[in-house]
Amino acid sequence: MGGTIAGEAPVRAGDLAAIGGSPWAIARRRLLRNRIAMTMLGVLVVIVVLCLAAPFYAKHVAHSDPFHSNLDGKTIVKGKSVSVMQESSTGLGLGVTPIGPTWDLHHYFLGADDQGRDVAARLLYGGRNSLLIGVAAALLTCIVATVVGLVAGFFGGVVDGVLSRLLDVVWAFPVYLLAISLSTVLIARGFSWGPFHLESGSLLLPIAIIGVVYIPYVARPIRGEVLSLRRKEFVEAAIGLGASTWRLLWSDILRNVITTVIVFFPLVLAIDMLTEAALSFLSIGVQPPDASWGTIILDGQGLLYTRPAVALAPGLAIAITVLSLNVLGDGIRDALDPRAKLRRID
Amino acid sequence: MLRFLGRRLVAMVFVLFSISVLSFLIFFATPGVDPASRIAGRNADQATLRAVRKDFGLDRPLPVQYGLMMKKLFITRDLTSFVNRGAKVIPQVTEAAPVTLSLVLGAAVIWVVFSIGMGLVAAVFRGTPVDAAVMIVGLIGISMPVFWLGEVVNLLTQSRFHDTFLFSWVPPLGYTPFTQSPFGWFKSLIFPWLTLSVLYIGIYARVLRSALVDAQEEDYVRTARAKGLTERRVMLRHALRTSLVAFVSLFGLDFGALVGGGALLTEVVFGLHGVGKLTFDSLQNLDLPVILATVMYAAFFIVLANALVDLVYALLDPRVRHA
Repeated sequence: MGGTIAGEAPVRAGDLAAIGGSPWAIARRRLLRNRIAMTMLGVLVVIVVLCLAAPFYAKHVAHSDPFHSNLDGKTIVKGKSVSVMQESSTGLGLGVTPIGPTWDLHHYFLGADDQGRDVAARLLYGGRNSLLIGVAAALLTCIVATVVGLVAGFFGGVVDGVLSRLLDVVWAFPVYLLAISLSTVLIARGFSWGPFHLESGSLLLPIAIIGVVYIPYVARPIRGEVLSLRRKEFVEAAIGLGASTWRLLWSDILRNVITTVIVFFPLVLAIDMLTEAALSFLSIGVQPPDASWGTIILDGQGLLYTRPAVALAPGLAIAITVLSLNVLGDGIRDALDPRAKLRRID
Repeated sequence: MLRFLGRRLVAMVFVLFSISVLSFLIFFATPGVDPASRIAGRNADQATLRAVRKDFGLDRPLPVQYGLMMKKLFITRDLTSFVNRGAKVIPQVTEAAPVTLSLVLGAAVIWVVFSIGMGLVAAVFRGTPVDAAVMIVGLIGISMPVFWLGEVVNLLTQSRFHDTFLFSWVPPLGYTPFTQSPFGWFKSLIFPWLTLSVLYIGIYARVLRSALVDAQEEDYVRTARAKGLTERRVMLRHALRTSLVAFVSLFGLDFGALVGGGALLTEVVFGLHGVGKLTFDSLQNLDLPVILATVMYAAFFIVLANALVDLVYALLDPRVRHA
């Protein structure tokens, strides 16, 4: 899973030719001209807006409560009232099967899950959690990794030694295994330490777990970049001029590594969303009755052969979101990376 | 070189030690988590909890518990499960390992062949719609959750199209040992292989393409062209060869992680009882000895892969040896 980030070539910051405005303006123009990336940005915006509109959809369009089971409920298909849970017509005719997709936005558009809950509404609610966890975890990763990378690379010595060894250990601990171990221990019972207490269903738990496990993937390249920046002439000049440590870190180093962080963000977000889905699928991520795209796939697993829509829809949602993020991430990298200009003369 | 090897060995042992301590701490010393109450059940009373603690040695100081566990795992090799009392842990891991190894080996062959093909095609047709199409296909592979892809594959091969000539030969989910029936082994693993390799095909094709594109700018490639070599020879003998360095190192790491249990989701979806599935099952019922054994097994492969990659690098690039 970690391969995508590990596989990306490190991005060098700075060195942008000063033709036609600031480097940021050049980068923005390049990104705006990248039609595929802009299309994917549009797709992302649509997905986010749809997910944000989940309560509106559930309340005013579908009139369903996606968090309570509705085993005895009725709905309307082609003008006729039918049960949400239908008598099984195949095999021995035992048990019930939830209603399949009606393709009617007002009545169980994507059908029901095994508790008679509206899958379409759950999909939108689940998307909110998936996106929220992804964004929060990616922010956590990028911020902590930047601080760790800056401190380790800039101060060197013992500080660097300790931080780097720490990163090495987390790095060598298989990501999925670390995430799964932490989740199994924490999600079931919650976390309490002194005054801190997190309930077992709290979204902060998956956010923290996913955020932490990817820190080395971002912190290592940043540390490397800081190490090389530290020896650059302009930094030595600033030191010679008597600039304070804060000033050096803030205006000489951070400003030069921030492009790397920006390039990493969408890619980390993409990986975070996949990780969240995997953890939730293993039932150690988002806890019921809350939904995420991963938990809905899990709900749909038992119905895979009878009502595949329940599992297919959230998977497609994840794939489309992550694909958009990856394409957009590539676009941002091409826009910010001066080497991309060598490859594609524009 | 010897000094490099020695230093690498010390680092390996250090990392393995840290991982064992870290995973031990996660399960035995996380605040608010009590392994005894997990073993005894949700509503156990204090007396039961005390009995469980004594019985499983959980009342001893943490360093002693850690030491005893490591001794049983590595020296006497008779670590037993908490959940199935008396069941030895190490045979469970050695039974699961061939399943995982079969899965990962087959998938690795597929992903290496396909990704080199796709990377080469994309680099040769750089900047054309062919390039864009190949890279988009790769990105789609990277963007799909592997367990979901596995379910889609199951839906098609086990249910929807199982009665047609296309997939009627697909056996039910599960694993057939190679020693029992080589063809059955192949049939039971072909779809898990394909599913697992999709992600890596995408990653490796992209990595290889960008390495090849970078190589095109290098002096030695220009020299090769100037000598009048054919474009094909330049690509295969000059550009591809150096581009494979990044590819090989990435391969070592991913292969190690997968053999160590990283194929967990694929194993769960396809009902293969490999190391990943074993880890997951033992995590579900908090069978701490099994968890520690599988984590150490996984860490060993990953650390070994890391060291091998470093070694390959050191052999290729003398500067690394003295860094």
